[in-house]
Amino acid sequence: MTKDDCKKLVTEIIADIAPDEDLSNLKPDVRLRDQLQLDSMDFLDIVMELRKRHGIEVPEADYIQLASLESCAEYLTPKFNALEGKR
Amino acid sequence: MSSPSHYDVAIIGAGMSGLAAGIRLAHFGRRVCILERHSKLGGLNSFYRLDGRKFDVGLHAMTNFVPEGVRGTPLGKLLRQLRIERGEFALCPQKQSRVVFGSTGKTELRFTNDFSVLEAEIAAKFPAQIDGFRRLADLVRSYGDRVFDVPQVSARQVVREYFSDPLLEDMMFCPLMYYGSARERDMDLSQFVIMFRALFLEGFARPLEGVRLVIRVLLEKYQAAGGECRMRCGVARIVEREGRAAALVLDGGAEITADHVISSIGAAETLALCDPMVGGGLAVASAPSGMGILPMSAALGQRHGQDARATIGRRLSFVESIRVLKHQPGELGWGSDTIVFFNDSDRFDYARPAQQVDLRSGVICLPNNFDFGGAELPEGWLRVTCLADYDQWIGLPEERYRADKLRWLDESTRSARRFLPEISDATLAAETIATDLFTPRTITRFTGHLEGAVYGAPGKTPDGRTHLKNLYLCGTDQGLLGIVGAMLSGISMANQHILQPEIRGA
Repeated sequence: MTKDDCKKLVTEIIADIAPDEDLSNLKPDVRLRDQLQLDSMDFLDIVMELRKRHGIEVPEADYIQLASLESCAEYLTPKFNALEGKR
Repeated sequence: MSSPSHYDVAIIGAGMSGLAAGIRLAHFGRRVCILERHSKLGGLNSFYRLDGRKFDVGLHAMTNFVPEGVRGTPLGKLLRQLRIERGEFALCPQKQSRVVFGSTGKTELRFTNDFSVLEAEIAAKFPAQIDGFRRLADLVRSYGDRVFDVPQVSARQVVREYFSDPLLEDMMFCPLMYYGSARERDMDLSQFVIMFRALFLEGFARPLEGVRLVIRVLLEKYQAAGGECRMRCGVARIVEREGRAAALVLDGGAEITADHVISSIGAAETLALCDPMVGGGLAVASAPSGMGILPMSAALGQRHGQDARATIGRRLSFVESIRVLKHQPGELGWGSDTIVFFNDSDRFDYARPAQQVDLRSGVICLPNNFDFGGAELPEGWLRVTCLADYDQWIGLPEERYRADKLRWLDESTRSARRFLPEISDATLAAETIATDLFTPRTITRFTGHLEGAVYGAPGKTPDGRTHLKNLYLCGTDQGLLGIVGAMLSGISMANQHILQPEIRGA
């Protein structure tokens, strides 16, 4: 999986969690919170969807890694690839 | 622990808050069971059938309505968290509402879902107060979603710092209290902030079909997510063991167990299900600080036979008269008001009345007067809500109860008509197809709430904690009111106590 694939998966999750948000112009390097109306409850949903859909665990200490799409990709892509490797 | 009678979470009560908590938990894969004693869903916002006609209970209007595209609001948050698309609730906005004070409707403030209408009304009728009013609105806005950051102080005292005219003060409090205050005469500032936003900064709406549609959407989401709902299945007792809710004994005697229990039936009502001899002393020690201590200690006071009501005020109940009409209210000359809050006295007295029903103030709802986009309700409706005294309704012999219902149906309609354009008695009589009145007794019978309390106990438990570590409260006694508030209460308690700690532990 590439980082772009990973960003796409995260964007898909956000689209389901926040269907009222326009995601077409998301800037990858800007904090999601600064571009979208996401609160801590919504981040909880992102973490849970990652686990539910993709089997990815994000411990609370690492939530900060989900701040922007870029940092999500940085942090999650190796996790996705590690899972791929196991399958 | 995966026997058929073991669940990850058991939820007591299938009202708005219980259903919302259930959806949230089921959606994330928890095995959830909602236990409802009644044969219908919805709790305080439900419906019943009489002579083939469906009557809504509770819902006049859904508050917190904002048009599509307005972001960062309670409604938006709830739709997201429950994965409900906006269109599914099919919300239709109100036309206009009024607050009218004085025996002949002397002072009137019109408001709509556009806040500037109310601002203009206040500027015109209370020119000396408009600056203070605007600053008060800014204060409410400044809290945003952080309602639990609001200091726990008297809202009356705070409002008096912003405007000095007691008439305007009462006219502001009247709608906010009627639509969500469990406290007599005053509100906690946090409740005031929630309700001011819900009614004035946001607004009223309802689906054409009424509360039934909201309930159906919630049930469908819950079932689609794999949740189980048992109807006519009340919880008779919560078995306590080692500081935990170890099992639930159902009305039929069967037992179920659950890792977590969420109760939406009220703080004192929940405590009453717990073992009377165990846990009582613990409750005070582990009760949350601030307001939270009130309901738990009050409930314990009742358990120990003390009069706890003296310290926390009394529970408030209402009667509501419902009149079904041949024509739309507008066609009869009643105009296009959706909701009218009225009061005929010098001061607005929101308290448990000395009489069976307090006719001095009340709320008129004309549910036909939402903007249903060309559609309309097939019959006309007039609903009138007034404060009532539970004690003077509960003990009545059946015959007297029925007679009193008829009497107060007429009296409350007559009182309310003073604040609507005049229609003759003969016309109203000829127009009326059906009537009903629900009373504090009806409310206790169908919801189990103590003393017919519609908005729960006067003291709230914002963190939802109880004396048992796996038992949490949601719904009216947690402190978020109205339909949107109730659903958010269920969502936030499920998040805070069950989902968040579990991912933390992962």
